[in-house]
Amino acid sequence: MAAAETIELHYQVPGDDFTRAGEASADLKARLKALGFPPDAVRKTAIALYEGEINLAIHAGGGAIDVDVTPARIHMVLSDHGPGIADIPLAMSEGYSTAPDEVRSLGFGAGMGLPNMKKYSDEFSIESTVGVGTRIEMAVLVS
Amino acid sequence: MREFFHSVTLDRDKCKGCINCIKRCPTEAIRVRDGKAAISPERCIDCGECIRICPHHAKQPIYDPLSVIGDYKYAIALPAPSLYAQFNNLEDTDLLLTSLRGLGFAEVFEVARAAEIISDATRQYLARPDVKKPVISSACPAVSRLIRVRFPELVPNVLPLVAPVELAPRLAKREAARRTGLPPQDIGAIFISPCPAKVTAMRMPIGSEKSELDAVVAIKDVYPKLLHLMKHTDAQPVSASGRIGMGWAESGGEAAGLISTERYLAADGIENVIKVLEDLEDEKLGELDFVELDACAGGCVGGVLTVENPYIAKAKLKLLRRYLPVSRNHLVADMNELAAWDRPMEYQPVLELGGSDASESFARYSEMQRLLKALPGLDCGSCGAPTCQALAEDIVKGVGSFDDCVVLMRQRMEAVLRALSINPLPDDGKKEN
Repeated sequence: MAAAETIELHYQVPGDDFTRAGEASADLKARLKALGFPPDAVRKTAIALYEGEINLAIHAGGGAIDVDVTPARIHMVLSDHGPGIADIPLAMSEGYSTAPDEVRSLGFGAGMGLPNMKKYSDEFSIESTVGVGTRIEMAVLVS
Repeated sequence: MREFFHSVTLDRDKCKGCINCIKRCPTEAIRVRDGKAAISPERCIDCGECIRICPHHAKQPIYDPLSVIGDYKYAIALPAPSLYAQFNNLEDTDLLLTSLRGLGFAEVFEVARAAEIISDATRQYLARPDVKKPVISSACPAVSRLIRVRFPELVPNVLPLVAPVELAPRLAKREAARRTGLPPQDIGAIFISPCPAKVTAMRMPIGSEKSELDAVVAIKDVYPKLLHLMKHTDAQPVSASGRIGMGWAESGGEAAGLISTERYLAADGIENVIKVLEDLEDEKLGELDFVELDACAGGCVGGVLTVENPYIAKAKLKLLRRYLPVSRNHLVADMNELAAWDRPMEYQPVLELGGSDASESFARYSEMQRLLKALPGLDCGSCGAPTCQALAEDIVKGVGSFDDCVVLMRQRMEAVLRALSINPLPDDGKKEN
């Protein structure tokens, strides 16, 4: 049945409750494991999505994650109405971070979020407009 | 179908069919069916939580009776280091170890000695360039079984060495056979254990084709006898282990015993262990060399077969090992084969939704979501499953029924009674809301 071959999930990431950041990626990981996805694909998805989720919480004031899962591909769209990114290549470079102090004191803000998302996913694209928001699309392919 | 062995058994007369154990089991392995608890053998990891929580003492650990000592011409006692920490006013482990002979043992071989050798072997393993880090301890049988069913990504991280409790009988029996000339069947290696999971490790080992242990007796059974024996025994020099070996009895002891690295983490208690493993999988825990995980709070001193409070036991260990040398046992070349696994650990997908292909597992998933929408979401346990999600999973796997839901059944019954114009509740004069 073709309809049963796509699973759609939606998550809202709160912008004001940092302790809950990470719930979406943990939830998706548990579902992928139950479905029997290969451990490698599960790990890459969990790590890439966790980084994106933390970014939504730290930088964007929260946002939405839309996932569609098929046996061959785990596809995620992260969108927000946050401040946007002025210089995308700079944001994508390792070590660059705009994380505020209270977040750095918790061990975040190493500047590896976006580069890690690109590294762990098989497809990655990012678009952003300052003052409007950011949209990131990524996919992990199942081999 | 594979035959399973697990170290917990149910006294059906004592089981009331309450929901305590089903809610506590970390792999949701237990269901209440026909008013009695039943453990799914594929999912059980021998952590002992159900034994701990059962208020009616219906869940009981399995181990050998002390009479098993008499089954062998030459019985070797293998005391776990946690045994040393069970007694008040014990200043010298030699008194304890000498007294073990009074139970009928011909000889004592401390598991702490084997622990020091495994520490040495682990140090060497960690120094190899091709090793997947962090390396995860393989000593706790419940943790190994947890990883095997729930964390396939971490299976390659598990230390491929036998636990001290397995190395000890291999060394002890080899020694004893050489010294006494007795045939193998006359020599019995008997572990004095803080936990029942070691019984499962003996009967269905991971990493070894066969265990060299012959029996596992409980610390709580030897304790009262030793109390008495120690009053009438003169201590002989028996102990041959140091601080590292004794430290294995508590959480963090195995990791600290590595000496060669400070980049380690030690977690205890099965829920904490699960959290650590989840984070390890997601590479959230930084650059670690070694991770020690113990299912019991406090480490082995917290096992269900112990007598003393685990935290008091830890304090006693501190005093006992004050003047000991760091280690008195080292890995010698011919021990390598005895210490290594002879077969790999393999992931067992028993917690997955199942289905012969992706299409079927996706279909089961969709059906589960449909069922979850219809179920009340109270996770009350009345159906015998720990959560509504677990019941939905049981239904799609064909081992549960929608009719099991007591809450929905009540709603359906009330609707039927109303439709038949029967007052669903007895009229006792009080107003119904």
